[in-house]
Amino acid sequence: MESIGVLLTSPMNPYLEQELGKRFKLFRFWDFPSADDFFREHSKSIRAVVGSSFIGADAQMIEALPKMEIVSSFSVGLDKIDLVRCKEKGIRVTNTPDVLTEDVADLALALILATLRRICESDRYVRSGAWKRGDFKLTTKFTGKSVGIIGLGRIGSAIAKRAEGFSCPISYHSRTEKPGTNYKYYPSVVELASNCQILVVACALTPETRHIINREVINALGPKGVVINIGRGLHVDEPELVSALVEGRLGGAGLDVFENEPNVPEELLALDNVVLLPHVGSGTVETRKDMADLVLGNLEAHFLNKPLLTPVV
Amino acid sequence: MKASLDGSNQSGEKMAAMDELPLVLVHALPPFEISFKGRLQSRFQLIDSLDSTFAPHVSVLLCVGPSPVSSDTLRHLPSLQCIVGSSAGVDHIDLAECRRRGITVTNAGPSFCEDGADFAIGLLIDVLRRISAADRYVRAGLWPMKGDYPLGSKLGGKRVGIVGLGNIGSEIAKRLVAFGCRIAYNSRNKKSSVSFPYYANICNLAANSDILIICCALTKETHHLINKDVMTALGKEGVIINVGRGALINEKELVQCLEQGQIRGAGLDVFENEPDVPKELFELENVVLSPHKAIATPESFASLQELIVGNLEAFFSNKPLLSPVNLE
Repeated sequence: MESIGVLLTSPMNPYLEQELGKRFKLFRFWDFPSADDFFREHSKSIRAVVGSSFIGADAQMIEALPKMEIVSSFSVGLDKIDLVRCKEKGIRVTNTPDVLTEDVADLALALILATLRRICESDRYVRSGAWKRGDFKLTTKFTGKSVGIIGLGRIGSAIAKRAEGFSCPISYHSRTEKPGTNYKYYPSVVELASNCQILVVACALTPETRHIINREVINALGPKGVVINIGRGLHVDEPELVSALVEGRLGGAGLDVFENEPNVPEELLALDNVVLLPHVGSGTVETRKDMADLVLGNLEAHFLNKPLLTPVV
Repeated sequence: MKASLDGSNQSGEKMAAMDELPLVLVHALPPFEISFKGRLQSRFQLIDSLDSTFAPHVSVLLCVGPSPVSSDTLRHLPSLQCIVGSSAGVDHIDLAECRRRGITVTNAGPSFCEDGADFAIGLLIDVLRRISAADRYVRAGLWPMKGDYPLGSKLGGKRVGIVGLGNIGSEIAKRLVAFGCRIAYNSRNKKSSVSFPYYANICNLAANSDILIICCALTKETHHLINKDVMTALGKEGVIINVGRGALINEKELVQCLEQGQIRGAGLDVFENEPDVPKELFELENVVLSPHKAIATPESFASLQELIVGNLEAFFSNKPLLSPVNLE
């Protein structure tokens, strides 16, 4: 398989990069001054693309790589892949579900606790020497607070299970109601937001869910409400979120993702009622290795004509 | 001398008739104070000084925060029968002297256990997943400049050793089960109703754990319970979370272990000499520091207030105390 050309879209994981280099003829997208430069030179050599939540395989890339047979994404999210075009051209697509579910759910809880209990802020308080001058303020209790989850898939369900350990009443919104849960279903996000204090985004990003958190939802959540986003930045109307936080119309936010990563709205950097993370949802040594192994396993299966491990298309 | 709470000064104190409101000494060394004096004053007669002429008649002392109740304090109160505490810990009270004199002691009971547990878990995930450090990174504008933040460590599947399976420890265990952690514990005695593995020896618990969460009482026996030997047994990947008392850990040895990479990291809500924190910790990215506020929410203080009033009323009506501490 060493002659098979594989394009790695970004430096997403050293172990993955190393293993791809050992098994295939690896092209690093970022080694080239521009996409056009790369396509001009190597378009006919690429039979597989390994993408990430940062750079996937959009229409331009798919059109530029006529020999592409498979896109293996180092993510569970598929929003950076033109799935329709892949389907049309018979290009297979795989992702990394399940292996990252627990880490992402853990991160959602970490964001809830850090935001409500002001953990990052109080760490800053101690490091600045302020504790010598006075006690920190009271913070908001988490146990028993109502949690609303948008998207009750693998990750949403894992978040619900963890929040139940804190005696939180769980409610959710999904495209369709899920049988077999005790959680309360709301047919609209606004209704969900009106009936919970902590609103967690845990659904896939599609054209329908873009800006699913908008001004109306934020207003329904209110000044004691908290938004937690472990999905995609585009799930949230970011300027609306920022102004609501700055004006106090929303109580707080815990954000792992942003509309234009790695850029974070400057207004947020000055706020104490937010927690800001650099897209670390699946960012543990253990899980990134599992994700990498899944990418490698899918590629191997494809080129050996075996069934794919985690196909999407 | 502070004015006593019935409005008169010391020399003009009125003698209370025996059938008036029951007498309670509010023992509060500055800066500690209670926020609900008004509510107490409607049911009890409050005095606030050990030198009050009423002190020899006082049967109940309300201890505010960690105001020390030493044997010297107790010497001023020959009629004392009960100390109503306002914290989870009672290490600031001379328990041996209380035991000798048959004085009962109450603490915050279950008021703080949910918030204490929530915070311990918040600290734990923060240390493993580097939440506070990554938040600092973003706020410093380093994400666009330096790229992705270094990877953290997965919580699921890790072995958690809980030191002290009381009110707070039990709530921690219950929550962590949902995260896929494996729980074991060390306590003064094995709990027969609990199915988690028990380790009588703290080093053995550490050797079989990836994480230690310290939430036991501070006593003579548990002073510096967590020392270099325990941290060595825990190992280089180990994490320590302390929401008990600072002196449960040998702080100097903890700092050394952290600086030398003998353990992975620590989340600390308490310190040996608050509010002083060893300055070496400020240089470290693998510690999360909190100003002794694990239990400080409006709800826990409201619950504490109910408990304190409840304990006082139970005492004066000869009913069982709501949250007595076992002094054995």
